[in-house]
Amino acid sequence: MIEIKNLSKSFGDQLVLDNISEHIYPGEKVVIIGSSGSGKSTFLRCMNLLETPTKGSIIFDGSIITDPKMNIDLLRRKMGMVFQNFNLFPNMTVRKNITLAPVQTKLMCQEEADAEAIRLLQRVGLEEKADAYPAQLSGGQKQRIAIVRALAMKPKLMLFDEPTSALDPEMVGEVLEVMKQLAEEGMTMVVVTHEMGFAREVGSRILFMDEGHVVEQNAPEALFAKPRSDRLRSFLEKIL
Amino acid sequence: MDFWDRLFAALPAVEERSFLESFYGKFYRAWFEEDRWLSYLEGLSTTVKVTIFALAIGVLLGVLVAMIRTAHDQQQIGKGNPLLCLLNGICKLYVTVIRGTPMMVQLMIMGFVIFKSSRNFTMVGALTLGINSGAYVAEIIRGGLMSLDPGQMEAGRSLGLSYLDTMRFIVIPQAFKSILPALGNEFIVLLKDTSLISIIAGREMVYWARAIIGKTYEPMFPYVITALIYLIMVLGLSWLQSKLERRLRASDRD
Repeated sequence: MIEIKNLSKSFGDQLVLDNISEHIYPGEKVVIIGSSGSGKSTFLRCMNLLETPTKGSIIFDGSIITDPKMNIDLLRRKMGMVFQNFNLFPNMTVRKNITLAPVQTKLMCQEEADAEAIRLLQRVGLEEKADAYPAQLSGGQKQRIAIVRALAMKPKLMLFDEPTSALDPEMVGEVLEVMKQLAEEGMTMVVVTHEMGFAREVGSRILFMDEGHVVEQNAPEALFAKPRSDRLRSFLEKIL
Repeated sequence: MDFWDRLFAALPAVEERSFLESFYGKFYRAWFEEDRWLSYLEGLSTTVKVTIFALAIGVLLGVLVAMIRTAHDQQQIGKGNPLLCLLNGICKLYVTVIRGTPMMVQLMIMGFVIFKSSRNFTMVGALTLGINSGAYVAEIIRGGLMSLDPGQMEAGRSLGLSYLDTMRFIVIPQAFKSILPALGNEFIVLLKDTSLISIIAGREMVYWARAIIGKTYEPMFPYVITALIYLIMVLGLSWLQSKLERRLRASDRD
């Protein structure tokens, strides 16, 4: 699905990602964990080129997306992204937030997009909020709508950048529930998170990142039960 | 002898004339005599025309410059487009020169140097004002575009929208709301700055006020009348601005 080869990224002279190679297969649910500053968000953001890699190449769905001649807009349509701070468009209603991209990119006409928006909103139990503005919603509602907005483009891959980190604790559950549902439907997902419970339950593979490297990776049970590296061990001790 | 007699005869009359009478006399000469109020109106219509013309140029130039500067600043590092870099350089030079020199000097250079053979002083003035205003409008717009949360641009782009579509549907509508007070202020400044084109013989209100003073030698009323007309126009603009602001705040309700 997405193949990352020798990816490096530096901001100025600070090396954030150091020669990472990783292959994510269709249907996988890859969870990236690690302390802050380990490069996990940057790694995720490189996958849809919100950050431009300094070195290396990324192949998504058979195309080399790091090629400067590649039309990145076309590829981003097949990748959904959910942000820590939701980034809903405050100047539009929920319905418009969801239908803007599918309509503007000519994926659907307005009627199709509206119908799709309602269908998706029903799935997350927010169909009565279609005409509300983002300012009128709680954090959990905003994030569920941000997920719906990404899904409206019918992506093949979903990227989640700490989707629950900006939420009040009582709202984390409703967002994770939507993500679990999505995982059960077979969506390929890459999730950066601090929710170890979610990682253990939903993840098919967990990457532990530290200082720009993928230090260790394994299936969740094995990774949490038998950490091989000292760094992962001390990380898990601190958070569990 | 004749002359002195007449002067002494006139003196008591001057002393006796009440303050109100002389006040009204001055006003009469500044407004009604020889239908002078028509001159103010003619000046007013020129002022309005110059303002609208300069506003159009200013907004057009401002949007263009702001878009170029913002697009340049938001380029990915190391992937700079050489054409965009050149345009950005020109825009920066333009803003620097305009903001770094007084409006009045710009008018004199345009009126007496660059367009010295042109007789259409009013148009030269309007053009100069528009070019001047464009630099300020550009900085106001650029400030608005840059101050918006970068997450908004990222969200738009991550959905597969192009840079221009994201600008059009997401960034600009939000930036517009936040720059409206500054933009309104700039328009008010522009309206008042039209008075400066009288120095290159642009025939707006101050020009006509001075023409009337040249005949009556009484500066108070022509200038006070001019000031009042400006004040009324600015009040009108402020009212329009606050109305528009209230309307754009619709999506902030919660």
